[in-house]
Amino acid sequence: MAAILSLAEAIEANLRDGDNVAMEGFTHLIPFAAGHEVIRQGRKRLTLIRMTPDLIYDQLIGMGCAEKIVFSWGGNPGVGTLHRFRDAFDNGWPNKIEIEEHSHAAMANAYEAGAAGMPFAAFRGYRGAELKRVNPNIKEITCPFTGEKLAAVPAMKLDVAIVHAQKADRKGNVLFEGIVGVQKEAVLGAKRSIVTVEEIVDTLEPHSPNAVILPGWTIGAVVQVPGGAHPSFAHGYYKRDNVFYKKWDAIARDRDSFRAWIDEHVLRKGPDAFAVHAKRAA
Amino acid sequence: MSKTPNSYTPNEMMTIAAARALSNNDVCFVGIGAPSAACNLARFTHAPDIVLIYESGTIETKPNILPLSIGDGELCETALVTVPVPEMFRYWLQGGRITTGFLGGAQIDKFANLNTTVVGPYEKPEVRLPGGGGAPEIATSCGQIFITMAHKRRAFVEKIDFFTSLGHGKGGDDRASYGVTTKGPTKVLTDLCVLEPDPKSKELTVVLLHPGVTREQVVEATGWKIKFADRVAETPPPTEIELKTLRELHARTKAAHGEAA
Repeated sequence: MAAILSLAEAIEANLRDGDNVAMEGFTHLIPFAAGHEVIRQGRKRLTLIRMTPDLIYDQLIGMGCAEKIVFSWGGNPGVGTLHRFRDAFDNGWPNKIEIEEHSHAAMANAYEAGAAGMPFAAFRGYRGAELKRVNPNIKEITCPFTGEKLAAVPAMKLDVAIVHAQKADRKGNVLFEGIVGVQKEAVLGAKRSIVTVEEIVDTLEPHSPNAVILPGWTIGAVVQVPGGAHPSFAHGYYKRDNVFYKKWDAIARDRDSFRAWIDEHVLRKGPDAFAVHAKRAA
Repeated sequence: MSKTPNSYTPNEMMTIAAARALSNNDVCFVGIGAPSAACNLARFTHAPDIVLIYESGTIETKPNILPLSIGDGELCETALVTVPVPEMFRYWLQGGRITTGFLGGAQIDKFANLNTTVVGPYEKPEVRLPGGGGAPEIATSCGQIFITMAHKRRAFVEKIDFFTSLGHGKGGDDRASYGVTTKGPTKVLTDLCVLEPDPKSKELTVVLLHPGVTREQVVEATGWKIKFADRVAETPPPTEIELKTLRELHARTKAAHGEAA
């Protein structure tokens, strides 16, 4: 059964230095509040896994939490470069990071294989593509039935998955709506998991019998953090803050302005600071 | 920039040429940026029933504004259905249900292979680009590929620094040697011209020049010795309705994103 905790308790209890962690959410429901708590608790040497590192990993990388990034598209969507990611990769600031690069299809298949308890994922991919030259985790296998050559990647084996969702009930059952990305696969493929939610309610009813729901017994901790996905969005609650995504480019371009932003908005604040975003109209 | 009904920018011509390449029967996998503008312009003009799919899982989406990211709320709210990302890549893309994939890139070579990964060596790049995202599998799983990008010498290069996604490989029948059975790039739409692969060599060849563009301009903006088809026609200029629709789409998008970006 999921424990309903504070954000500080949930991160403290579940995430350790050196863990493999995926904070997922495909442009939607990105667990920013949880990422900020990881920064406040000063976790180090994390392997940060996300299809799109986005601003959340730019922030964690810039604060020295990461040792390795596993990703498939590393930009600020529609805006440009992730400057903290680049500075760490190019110049080792604040520390050197290693990268493992895939395609979206490979990462999505690997998450699914992780949830299914499989050792690897096979798919029709990377044909004529050069990533397999530089990433030893991309192999080729032959279909035993047809002889077709397929790509194979290891299943995503996560120590911890951290995701955000719209609602949980008091037993910790969690409802996801809208762009559901790979959140379910990440949680089911992880040893430990934290789900932050917009609200905890008495019941998830009424919902479609086919709704995307993770039972509370598959989740480690549930935390109520209204607005916790800002500047990404929560379908039905608030919109993506595209203006902030554009502003981030100038904030993160410079080491000092980045540190000043983190100091003001992360280190001197707590998860309650996200609540203001939940109040913006959806 | 002043815009009388008869004047338009090279970038507007590119988007309009790209939109015209799409048909009402297409099921299209849409990349962000120029491809997204072209696909939605097609939907608002000659192809109202075109099916647009974005890799965030949104199927038959009908956005009223252009999304900034591949998973803006607008895409999900206006979609017939939104599926999980593994399902999107497995059942829909790999399953062969997409007729046309629309890609852009930082570098393209004469066989329409694309690089969106690095400029310079992979381990120590001069410019680290975002990476492949969906492109490596979009490039091989869709029935055909359209590419749209601005025509610049630093982008149209003799040799790309990294093979992010397969076009026609080394030319000729090379693409099939990777076990790929789809057509690959059939059109490249730039702000100067439209290129198509030669049926045999698969080398990109200029088939249409946009109004007012000279051969010399194209030669100058291309990093390899560019070939022209035996008969090069002129792209019909944008119609009033195409321009109006495109400008209104951009105006709505800017207003919605909260600034005059």
